[in-house]
Amino acid sequence: MDLRYTPAEQEFRHHLRSWLAGVLPSLPPKPQPDDWAGRRSYDTRWQRLLFEAGYAGVDWPVEGGGRGSSPVEQLIFKEELERAHAPYVGVNFVGLLHAGPTIIAEGTPAQRRRYLPPILRGDEVWCQGFSEPDAGSDLASLRTRARRDGNEYVVTGSKIWTSHAEVADHCELLVRTGDEGSRHRGITWLILPMDLPGVDIRPLTTIGGSTEFAELFLDEVRVPVANRVGEENDGWRVTMVTLSFERGTAFVGDLLEAVELLATTVSIAQRTGAWGDPGVRRQVGHLRAELDALWALTKRNVSQAARTGVPGIGGTVFKLAYTETRQRLGELSLSLLGRAGLAAEDLELLDGSGLLPCETVVDDWFRGISLTIAAGTSQIQRNIVGERILGLPKEPVAPAAGNR
Amino acid sequence: MDFELSEAQVDLAAGVRRLCEGRFPLEVVRRAEGADQVVDRATWHALSDAGVFALCLPEDAGGAGLGLAEAALVFEELGRSLLAGPLVATHLAAGLIDGADDGSTVVGLVERPDPPPTVADGGSPVPVLVEHLADLDVLLVLSELGISAVDPSSLDATRLRRPMDPLTPVWSLASLPSGAPVAGPEVAKWWLRDGAVLTAALQLGAAAWSTDLAVAYAKQRVQFGRPIGAFQAVKHLCADMAVRTEVARAAVHAAAVTVDQPDVGDSVVAAAGAKLLADEAALANGRSCIQVHGGMGFTWDVPAHLAYKRARVLAGQFGTAESLAESLAESLAESPAGGHPG
Repeated sequence: MDLRYTPAEQEFRHHLRSWLAGVLPSLPPKPQPDDWAGRRSYDTRWQRLLFEAGYAGVDWPVEGGGRGSSPVEQLIFKEELERAHAPYVGVNFVGLLHAGPTIIAEGTPAQRRRYLPPILRGDEVWCQGFSEPDAGSDLASLRTRARRDGNEYVVTGSKIWTSHAEVADHCELLVRTGDEGSRHRGITWLILPMDLPGVDIRPLTTIGGSTEFAELFLDEVRVPVANRVGEENDGWRVTMVTLSFERGTAFVGDLLEAVELLATTVSIAQRTGAWGDPGVRRQVGHLRAELDALWALTKRNVSQAARTGVPGIGGTVFKLAYTETRQRLGELSLSLLGRAGLAAEDLELLDGSGLLPCETVVDDWFRGISLTIAAGTSQIQRNIVGERILGLPKEPVAPAAGNR
Repeated sequence: MDFELSEAQVDLAAGVRRLCEGRFPLEVVRRAEGADQVVDRATWHALSDAGVFALCLPEDAGGAGLGLAEAALVFEELGRSLLAGPLVATHLAAGLIDGADDGSTVVGLVERPDPPPTVADGGSPVPVLVEHLADLDVLLVLSELGISAVDPSSLDATRLRRPMDPLTPVWSLASLPSGAPVAGPEVAKWWLRDGAVLTAALQLGAAAWSTDLAVAYAKQRVQFGRPIGAFQAVKHLCADMAVRTEVARAAVHAAAVTVDQPDVGDSVVAAAGAKLLADEAALANGRSCIQVHGGMGFTWDVPAHLAYKRARVLAGQFGTAESLAESLAESLAESPAGGHPG
């Protein structure tokens, strides 16, 4: 067990840090959350800067056009960007973390040439069409239908939780090409150009009042067969292959953001006088222990990935623990605001000490609620820990499931 | 940076686990339940031969010259075995008290402010309680100001009936002499830190043991026609036990490594966080293990209660939930944004 970074790792950190110090002050102000066109241009411009500096796709293999950095360098990359308050991956998320790696692993040479460089350069934006209104945790029951017609698939159905759909050029789309009851065996992975006729996007408003997600309605959309990644009916495996790119760094930015929020929470408690309450201090101290432990767990998961070359099951353990810690942090900071938390708007304190960061705290509390739901609910994660780590027997599946 | 165990570390932990399973399986450990003396001297020598006490002593002092990271792995295994006795105190005392390193001297420890405030001055009216008194050759009194040694046979002590943990007998003392000073504040400070890490490692082992026992039972116990572990209500209890253990393990290992590699962070903060989370994991897992066992978990025969009770005892040593959380909060108040090593 060695927590010290090697000279090469320190040099990687040092170069990145000085590049960030030079480039970040030149960025324009951040766009408003609901200004989607503005967000696209802001996020893709940042991606272009990363590309030009050689930092695009640090986690992509060299043969895919990426930097091919080690898992530890990937950890350092995400850590330094978060600490420097660099822009988030934003609208580039699906392309860089999902569609790109999938096409690297499973795409044809022509697909790689066509789709990978624009992702790295920030020229094209992707969204994800996996979940459906009736296929959430049970993704394999998805029903968006693709009928083969000559050189095209004719696709009809609907998708949900499609982040950035309004500004995306392409969608990684899972469709049913097999029989109704074929489940995992009848799914195909398609590249859907978002400008095709029959694609309809309707924004979904979250409980925080933002339009983070959209619903996607597909009505007889004709997708070229050449846009299929992998074989017909092999899309489930293609999707699972993508997950093997994860190196334990998925939550690095999130976790460091939580560390900052805890510091904000301390400062709120000090400014409002709540710091005198031992109960408040102990909750804060406890959260510090949890965040420190989760940082150590991140290093363990990254180290494990570095040794084995594949992600361990540690990511599931991390997500379960982190999301609940983060929610408790959100509860504490909101409760410390007291009546100042009645609106998501910063309030000027009467003692002249400046604004109380109510907007950050309330928005974070809203977002926290999604954490135990998105990317696998905590209930599903507990099944995974119980069955895959502890070897407990599987939950019995109702015989009718998938055959209706 | 490579936070995985090295091959030598994996071998060390496996060796201690084999020793414990072979020499002190639970049925052997349990024979001492309720006794005045629970330390078997032959066991203590076997532990010494395995290097448990002299692990961190330099090689020229007869030790193994290893770090606290290795000691934490060893103590995790000792915790898993539910072996009783003042293991942490004797390990800390190696090099300071003659015979602690080779297993010939059993050293106990009690934490007490120096000088202890009188009841009239707002001191606690609760008498001093000492664990394992009848087994001890030396009793050390630890405060932030230093360490002093007391002759256990000189004490006027009352054995308390029905100790919380049947393998941790307890005595009550109306007064505790100040004893002969053996170390100053510098040593006391690292004892408090390393003692917290090693006690956390024992708790971690107990938390893992409780998880294993609960999972084994959930696979084997059949109700409603299937193993109870197939039901989410039980499966999720077990999953939470595993998650708590893994988070605590990362914290304990990181704290131990931070002691060995001071450049990577604040070892006192890391030790406090590790102890806090390991205490919680041991307590919550001990409780869940009883719950998974249903009515049988409430019986003396099923050993689920032993880990829970041990966790209660250890949670009161080298920092309580309240004192640890307070000290962690203070570390943030000093530098709210800092503390996280790169």
